[in-house]
Amino acid sequence: MSLLSVRDLTVTYRTQSGPVPAVRGVSFDIDRGEVLGMAGESGCGKSTVVNAVMRLLPPKAQVTGEVLLSGEDVLKMKPGRLRAVRWTEAAVIFQGAMHALNPVQRIGDQIAEAIVIHGQSGEREALVRVGALLEQVGLPPRRLNDYPHELSGGQKQRVMIAMALACSPSLVIADEPTTALDVMVQAQVLKLLNELQHELGLAILFITHDLSVLVEVCDQLAIMYAGKIVEEGPSVKVFGQPAHPYTSALAGAFPAIGDHRFRLAPSGLGGDPPQPEAIPSGCSFHPRCPLAFEECPVTVPELYPAGDGRRAACLLVEHGARVGAQP
Amino acid sequence: MSAPATTEVGEPVLEVRDLHVRFQGRLGLGAGLVGKKAVEARAVDGVNLKLFPGEVLALAGESGCGKTTLARTIMGLEKPRSGQILFEGKPLADLKKYRRRVQMVFQDPTAALNPRQTIYESVAEGVRIHGIGRASDALTEEQMVARALSRAGLRPPERFYLNYPHELSGGQRQRVVIAGALVLDPEVIVADEPVSSLDASVRGEILKLLLGLRNDLDIAMLVVTHDLGLAWTIADRVAVMYLGRIVEIGPAEDVLTRPIHPYTEALLNVVPEAGGLDRPFLSGEPPDPTRIPDGCRFHPRCPEVASGAAKAAGVEAKCTGEDLGLERFRVEHFAACHLARLRAATDTEPSDV
Amino acid sequence: MRVPELQPKGDAPVFVDAGDVPPPIAPKNPRAITWARRKRSFLRIWAVYRRNKMGMWGLYILAFFIAVAIFAPLIASKEGLDPTCACTGTPFSPPSLHFPFGTDNYGRSVMTLTIWGSRISLVVGLVATLISIVIGSLIGIFAGYRGGWSETALMRLTDWFLVIPFLPLAIVLVSVLGRSLAVIIIVIGVTSWPSTARVVRAQVLSVKTRPYVERSRALGAGSWHLIGRHILPNVGPLIFANTILLIAIAILSESALAFLGLGDPLSISWGTVLEFAFGAGAAGAGQWWWLIPPGLAIVFVVLAFTMCGFALDEILNPKLRER
Repeated sequence: MSLLSVRDLTVTYRTQSGPVPAVRGVSFDIDRGEVLGMAGESGCGKSTVVNAVMRLLPPKAQVTGEVLLSGEDVLKMKPGRLRAVRWTEAAVIFQGAMHALNPVQRIGDQIAEAIVIHGQSGEREALVRVGALLEQVGLPPRRLNDYPHELSGGQKQRVMIAMALACSPSLVIADEPTTALDVMVQAQVLKLLNELQHELGLAILFITHDLSVLVEVCDQLAIMYAGKIVEEGPSVKVFGQPAHPYTSALAGAFPAIGDHRFRLAPSGLGGDPPQPEAIPSGCSFHPRCPLAFEECPVTVPELYPAGDGRRAACLLVEHGARVGAQP
Repeated sequence: MSAPATTEVGEPVLEVRDLHVRFQGRLGLGAGLVGKKAVEARAVDGVNLKLFPGEVLALAGESGCGKTTLARTIMGLEKPRSGQILFEGKPLADLKKYRRRVQMVFQDPTAALNPRQTIYESVAEGVRIHGIGRASDALTEEQMVARALSRAGLRPPERFYLNYPHELSGGQRQRVVIAGALVLDPEVIVADEPVSSLDASVRGEILKLLLGLRNDLDIAMLVVTHDLGLAWTIADRVAVMYLGRIVEIGPAEDVLTRPIHPYTEALLNVVPEAGGLDRPFLSGEPPDPTRIPDGCRFHPRCPEVASGAAKAAGVEAKCTGEDLGLERFRVEHFAACHLARLRAATDTEPSDV
Repeated sequence: MRVPELQPKGDAPVFVDAGDVPPPIAPKNPRAITWARRKRSFLRIWAVYRRNKMGMWGLYILAFFIAVAIFAPLIASKEGLDPTCACTGTPFSPPSLHFPFGTDNYGRSVMTLTIWGSRISLVVGLVATLISIVIGSLIGIFAGYRGGWSETALMRLTDWFLVIPFLPLAIVLVSVLGRSLAVIIIVIGVTSWPSTARVVRAQVLSVKTRPYVERSRALGAGSWHLIGRHILPNVGPLIFANTILLIAIAILSESALAFLGLGDPLSISWGTVLEFAFGAGAAGAGQWWWLIPPGLAIVFVVLAFTMCGFALDEILNPKLRER
């Protein structure tokens, strides 16, 4: 049984101008110890998926589908059970997490808060555990007495990781954990996550817009576009030989240095990622797709098998055509 | 038109000589009375740079290395403490005239456009400031705006005149900013992280546009970026900055595939690629420009020093004690590294990627 | 939709489809474009304002009083203000058919007094506010834009004026310069500009560092262009909303000063009517019809300005807007 099993998740926001579909039928599985990366641009719905999994969406959001955490449906849990599950079984590192630290509280207390709330230990013992956690994320334990402003961006992110691990969850959801960081610090944080994942056997759901980062740390990859998954499969295969034209274009934005196909030859897509309020008909990618043909605006593609364990939602794949490697 | 040969000996269109830019920290009243000196950040600490006509030069480095400050100083938005900026061989005299020839593209297109101005007005602003585009001139203001918008890829231009920035997408907004820079027919464009705040799938088109401007209009470009992949995609030459100095500069292909300086190597190691995080990279944070180390300013973080390779080669004393400038290693490829100099002198290639 | 091609041509001109951008009317010359933009902008703000009930009611009340002030000669004969007029009735008489608001100590119709009083009250309020806004904005913009020593000096000057107590200043100036409308206007103007200056300076500081201002500098703009094109338009709405609220305060201040006997004895304003009323002992004698109409008029006008000001503030200050 998978640790996290999401089935046909749909999230629609009720707004003044009508219902806005942010997520339109997303399904994926994460097994224990597995790392799934979810990539996509603005408006694709990936952050909404994160919030839906932890049931952190505002009341005006309508959620349907199933989110099975170790077999239990998070969407149907009673509030008490939900609170108990949050953080002890699945924890989240939020986007812009560095700004989520209370500036007037010492970081040690903030991490300990999670432990104490879940009744795992009293305050004194919690601080001991905090020291161990800080060491695990590469910070000296004495820093638990520091205030957030005394830490750098990278260090604050490590604190957020420590906080996520406080109650020993089996699943960590990381929403853009390295986006605001400098390249060198980003590499350090990624390495840390990788090490922690191996040490603790964590399952990680890694959300980002930077596809190249995912290839480094993830086993499986899912590419999101306009609220749906358009390609999924083993990360190396998906990145190296994309089956969906969108993945192809996205991968082209992160060229390999030394690859002469990209030298003085930038490649990109015209148009912009669609806003949830105005999703194109049929295959939502068709207005920007260089390979679109007559069926595309009319038919909604499913995820078709594309070989090598990949699946892609493209009519060309359905017809058996190969879209090809990176342009 | 192809990229100019890197060995072209021509006059640079823009040159920077021994530029120093410093920022004074602020002192509270109490500290000032007690006699403490405010900390000074040496953002640009002695930079020499030449930009040749029609070339794309990428300025790369971590945050805090001074690349943005250097770009802004070239634009005249910051005042240098000392040093010279030469445009077409002559020191800057009339700032306003200079700004017609050297234009800037900003990082965040949403913030760079006045939300109360229409697209037409944002693009026409440059024309109006310089008082050109009157009926008596070759082109009217409207014609100049239309031409700039077209060149930036927004066609047909008239459809965008009355729109406001928030009605356009991120990519379109950046095109408007580029159009605003193009309307004055500049010779040089300084682009500060031109695509980092845009969605990944949109970046390629904007980069294509910039490269197209170089090819079609012969505009020289100084592109500030932290992304070496971007440099690989559009740059002719790459200059790597660290703590206010250029530590390596040379043809893009050479610098990015056969780096000489250990810092460049470390930056290349962290460009994410399939296959992992096992390549060595630096620990610690980007350094503080208020506390520049003695000797080679990179030595506290240098992997060659940390691993003992510098000591083994006998240059460690120099690394910690002797500051150095750029030296020539290969054709047009310069770097500032004691170890590399030693190895080149004894004919050993520095470690390749 | 695009014609599908298997291999997109590398050198084809980049076509950015304007399909999802709303097609606006595109006039042929730039001047028309500016006016078209201003008109669009105004209509947009008006559309939002109309939805604000408080703002609309404030506007209705204001419109009523302004109409009364403008059309005063048509509604109530000016002779009614002359105590020796034959049209006066019995002094101190309560409201009746002929005199809907009753009469004062000279037998003048209180209604006529109230109607004509609106003119002075509104005009003094407006003029005093104008002076205050002009001084305050100039100082605020100059201080905010220049920074450095000039800013510090100007801000200390502002603080000094901020602290000047309103009433003692009025008394001093009146005793020195005599009782007149001009003195009242000066007093109100001098004591209310500092708050505008502070608000304007803060906003200028915020706008000054925004990237689009920097872009303008990079384009070659000088100070005047920056102030005129970017800073003022972003500070303007704030000043406008502030102005509306200041007018309310100015009218109230004028009434207070007049009531205390510091106003021009020869002019008829709501404050002076109240002054006479109190002076003649109307409160003790139970002559409510003399006190209530001018008093209520002050209340309603101030309320109206305040409501409009709040509504405008909500619209123009994006932070206050509900999402």
